[in-house]
Amino acid sequence: MTDIVCITDVRKTYDSGFEALKSITLTIREGEILALLGPNGAGKTTLISTICGIANMTAGTITVGGHDTIRDYRAARRLIGLVPQEINLEPFEKVINTVRFSRGLFGYPKDEAHIEKVLRQLSLWDKRNSQIRELSGGMKRRVLIAKALSHEPRVLFLDEPSAGVDVELRKDMWNVVAGLKADGVTIILTTHYIEEAEAIADRIAVIAQGEILLVEDKSALMNRMGQKQMIIELQTPVETVPPALSAYDLDRGPEGTLIYSYDTRGERTGITKLLSDLSAAGLVLRDVQTRQSSLEDIFVGLVQKETS
Amino acid sequence: MNLTAIRAIYIFEMTRTFRTLTQSIVSPVLSTSLYFVVFGAAIGSRIDTVEGVSYGAFIVPGLIMLSVLVQSVTNAAFGIYFPKFIGTVYELLSAPASFIELTAGYVLAAATKSLMIGLIILATAFAFVDISIQHPFWMLAFLVMTCLSFSLLGFIIGIWAGNFEQLQLVPLLIVTPLVFLGGSFYSISMLPPVWQTITLFNPVVYLVSGFRWSFFGTSDVAVGYSIAAIFVFTLACLAIIGWIFKTGYKLRK
Repeated sequence: MTDIVCITDVRKTYDSGFEALKSITLTIREGEILALLGPNGAGKTTLISTICGIANMTAGTITVGGHDTIRDYRAARRLIGLVPQEINLEPFEKVINTVRFSRGLFGYPKDEAHIEKVLRQLSLWDKRNSQIRELSGGMKRRVLIAKALSHEPRVLFLDEPSAGVDVELRKDMWNVVAGLKADGVTIILTTHYIEEAEAIADRIAVIAQGEILLVEDKSALMNRMGQKQMIIELQTPVETVPPALSAYDLDRGPEGTLIYSYDTRGERTGITKLLSDLSAAGLVLRDVQTRQSSLEDIFVGLVQKETS
Repeated sequence: MNLTAIRAIYIFEMTRTFRTLTQSIVSPVLSTSLYFVVFGAAIGSRIDTVEGVSYGAFIVPGLIMLSVLVQSVTNAAFGIYFPKFIGTVYELLSAPASFIELTAGYVLAAATKSLMIGLIILATAFAFVDISIQHPFWMLAFLVMTCLSFSLLGFIIGIWAGNFEQLQLVPLLIVTPLVFLGGSFYSISMLPPVWQTITLFNPVVYLVSGFRWSFFGTSDVAVGYSIAAIFVFTLACLAIIGWIFKTGYKLRK
């Protein structure tokens, strides 16, 4: 896979002195879905704005499709589609006109067949002659996506695309994203819904306090950093962890359960010995469950580590 | 040159104009027609000629200029301020279009609207006063140049304005007084000598004077100065807009 977006040592310092981006270096591969995760104020939107030309960077270089976003901004920007976080739309304009406008603004000639395809893909064709103000929040968000897709971008930035969108629509959006990926579009997604990143991303980048903490293949990340937990339900719930089991660093779960965390990559998980020690301590098992830690657990752990 | 972008902005803005026809065109034409009725027909019939022209006819170029200047500034200012206000400006800033192309789209649309208003008011004037145009080409040239240059000014104001009050501030507190004091309703030769000199610092004097010359062949200042003034003003506005887009002033974070 070739790199389609190359961000090298990009810094952004506001006039107030606030450093929103601290020497960001990141490459995005052609055709992948990269989820950019980070807490509020981490610099996700600032980074996207800097790539798209909405914010000036203080230092560094960015290329999109090999085109420098400053020196060769026309070629670079023609490749980019942006779906902003806020629903920014002209309320009195018709859906189809606002989508046509976006295509023209990006220098593409009129193509009604493409506009129709995009509107149908996003289930907006029936609403094409409605004014934006008549649409629901979810539909408005789809109009934003339609505008970004109207000029056939090779790189699509989705800044919190499913904020305020119901579950069904969110799933629809994931299908749209999957379709775009199948068409070869590179997608950069920022989201608060970790499950969204877990469901559709190929790679994960975590940003906090203007710095990239990690960039890694999603599966590799979950394997590397993911822990498994064994939830032990006892016949008689315990108030405290028995001293005989103190070596296991057990946590108390809800309703008197005990939680044992272990590394799946370890040579020994310690499960067999724990079960035997439980029995020796006179505790009778009622049920045992295991669960893999989610991307959210990993993300929270990383950000907490960074901020502490 | 991204001509498609200019065309897209132009069409988008003109669609808004026709969507709000009453507010955009009917309203300014109606208010100017009232000036014709009050100053031209009612009061003007009792006023002697000014520089050999009936007062009703004399004020026609000034009234057209008044509307065109205010409308050019207001239209262009609103055109760029509204995307800032509702947040759609992100699309303009991320588009593969230069500042000249973005400016051209908005300014051409604002100037077209003002030109339409100016021509409708001119047509309306024929219904109220007896008037003839000695230099029709120059009349049109002055009108177009004024629409364009003041739309550029409006574009700057629209970028500068942080709220709707500021958006109204310049047209209301600066442009309108300058037009009223720029010889719209009188010849500056009617002023005391000191005020004649002070008035020459008002750029609108040159526009009204040149425009009036195209109608009646007489002017307060030489026509060459009027043309030069418009060009200098236009270049100054373009330079400011260029600086705005280069630095991102009030546009880019």
